Amino acid sequence: RTRRRGGEAAMRVVVGIKRVIDYAAKIRVKPDGSGVDTANVKMSMNPFCEIAVEEAVRLKEKGLAKEVIAVSMGPQASQDTIRTALAMGADRGVHVLTDAKLQPLSIAKLFKSIVQREDPKIVLLGKQAIDDDCNQTGQMLAAIMDWSQGTFASQVAVADCQERVSVTREVDGGLETLSLKLPAVITTDLRLNEPRYATLPNIMKAKKKKIEKLTPEELGVDVSSQIEVLSVREPQARVGGKVLESVDELVDKLKNEAGVL
Amino acid sequence: AGAGAERRSGKELTKVGSSGGEMWSRTLLKSLRGARQSSQQSGERSLGTLCIVEAKDGAGGLDSASKATLACAQKHLPKPFVALVASDAKGASEAAAGEIASLAGVETVLHGVSDKEGANGLLAEPLSQVVAALVGKLEPTHVVTGSNTFGKNLLPRVAALLDSAPITDVVQVVDESTFVRPIYAGNALSTVKFVGKGPLLLSVRTTAFGSEALETAQGAGAEVASVGAEEVAAGAAAEALSEWVGEEKSESERPQLDAARVVVSGGRALKSKENFEMLEKLADQLGGALGASRAAVDAGMCSNDLQVGQTGKVVAPELYLAIGISGAIQHLAGMKDSKTIVAINKDPEAPIFKVADYGLVGDLFKIIPELAEKLPSQK
Repeated sequence: RTRRRGGEAAMRVVVGIKRVIDYAAKIRVKPDGSGVDTANVKMSMNPFCEIAVEEAVRLKEKGLAKEVIAVSMGPQASQDTIRTALAMGADRGVHVLTDAKLQPLSIAKLFKSIVQREDPKIVLLGKQAIDDDCNQTGQMLAAIMDWSQGTFASQVAVADCQERVSVTREVDGGLETLSLKLPAVITTDLRLNEPRYATLPNIMKAKKKKIEKLTPEELGVDVSSQIEVLSVREPQARVGGKVLESVDELVDKLKNEAGVL
Repeated sequence: AGAGAERRSGKELTKVGSSGGEMWSRTLLKSLRGARQSSQQSGERSLGTLCIVEAKDGAGGLDSASKATLACAQKHLPKPFVALVASDAKGASEAAAGEIASLAGVETVLHGVSDKEGANGLLAEPLSQVVAALVGKLEPTHVVTGSNTFGKNLLPRVAALLDSAPITDVVQVVDESTFVRPIYAGNALSTVKFVGKGPLLLSVRTTAFGSEALETAQGAGAEVASVGAEEVAAGAAAEALSEWVGEEKSESERPQLDAARVVVSGGRALKSKENFEMLEKLADQLGGALGASRAAVDAGMCSNDLQVGQTGKVVAPELYLAIGISGAIQHLAGMKDSKTIVAINKDPEAPIFKVADYGLVGDLFKIIPELAEKLPSQK
């Protein structure tokens, strides 16, 4: 079980990752208003999840974690995202295979089942997915596990005793530091780290790493939604304005046309 | 007015004893019990809405997220509403409670969840348990808070405790179970309907409700009371999970970024912290707040709380000046609802010009001093 001798890597770390439309891709709303078009669009690992994987791998490199398990939930293609995490340094993967549209509460419940199986001391998640922009899953998982939570982390430092972790968070007023009792759920913010690129040798090595396949039924989780999406539409487009010739013209427009001065 | 950083360490502040004791007024308890008995007969929830607002020490009144929360409850959600004030200081929570008590539609204002100093009273682990206990007692149909870092940290935790899927970052209330929220960095708007058994938990975007003026009550204000001992006790066990250690926040006399009428925002092209400070003079001249793109913050030109964007602050001022900002989708997500947008950039192809009302193509190091010279001083 956990060893407190200095330098002895003790904990297991679970990282959650999500496959989303690439951050640079143009978003197209389907004409029938049923959702956003994902056909033929580049998909990538959610940027915040990349940061979470990176942080987990660094914990291993520091000798604080003995194993990093990358977990993703979704259709068959989520496997690709898990492979990327493995190429970044995660040890093995877990894929909860489902075509159901998952909402954060269901995902948190799926994570709970996995956490109970894997017994990690830290669960690292991205603070939000850039598709639904929910920013809920980490907090929910912490609630149902009755664990501490360190959200929007810009710095994570596990204490020597490995019983606590110090998390600095980016909040509205600046930065806030909390000391959390382990086990904890930590959600990553932009400046926590800069994720590594998977190198070709590591991509090859990752092909040999194991990915366990599970289903929500096997985990005993009901993934039905309490929220129905009625429609998705584009926001009202902002009409572009004019490029002016001089500062004088700008000041004049702001005063007399826009009326903001 | 310069910006400096202030560090506070939790260890230097002493704990004030928690305000225990049953403080519900007898008449209030009786009326709530009565309401609940009849509602239990009909199977419906007895209270309208529970609002959760945050009062910070030294904030000088309710912040814009709290006002947006209360405005949404007042104008769009079932009445009456009960407001719960969470705070990092006893004085701040009492002052905020007093302010809220004068609003129309409020039945009771509760405060005193924790008298612990140094933001321990705002920690999600104990506070979520207190809120969940309060929900169990009051049985509201709706629970609402602001979509700022306080609300984002707290609400989903409460929701999971209640096994109710929350709807976060709401920009429009269609009806009491149907809401609009932005997705894909605001490139799409999703209309969603809550079909769970409730309560319905939601967080609201400040810029969507902040401009709705709060109505004051006719006649006497609402009852102000301390949160009951039972509810406070519900949070006791969770206090062991986390501890507030300290903070680093910018001290500034400029207006709050999410409530300012004018925002002067800088990007990567400013190149250095010293150059970024050039914008401070412009902001002061216009009586505005400072903002920044992610690139500027990443480069260390300014602190993180200035970041405007998909994962930073969302603002909608009367005037937004985007200086040396290219206009990536993620930045636009945070400012495209501004009334007037001005872009200053040396690249005529920069995407920011597509959303700007007025643009100037040129060297910002020449334009900004000229602008500062020619702008009338606004204070």
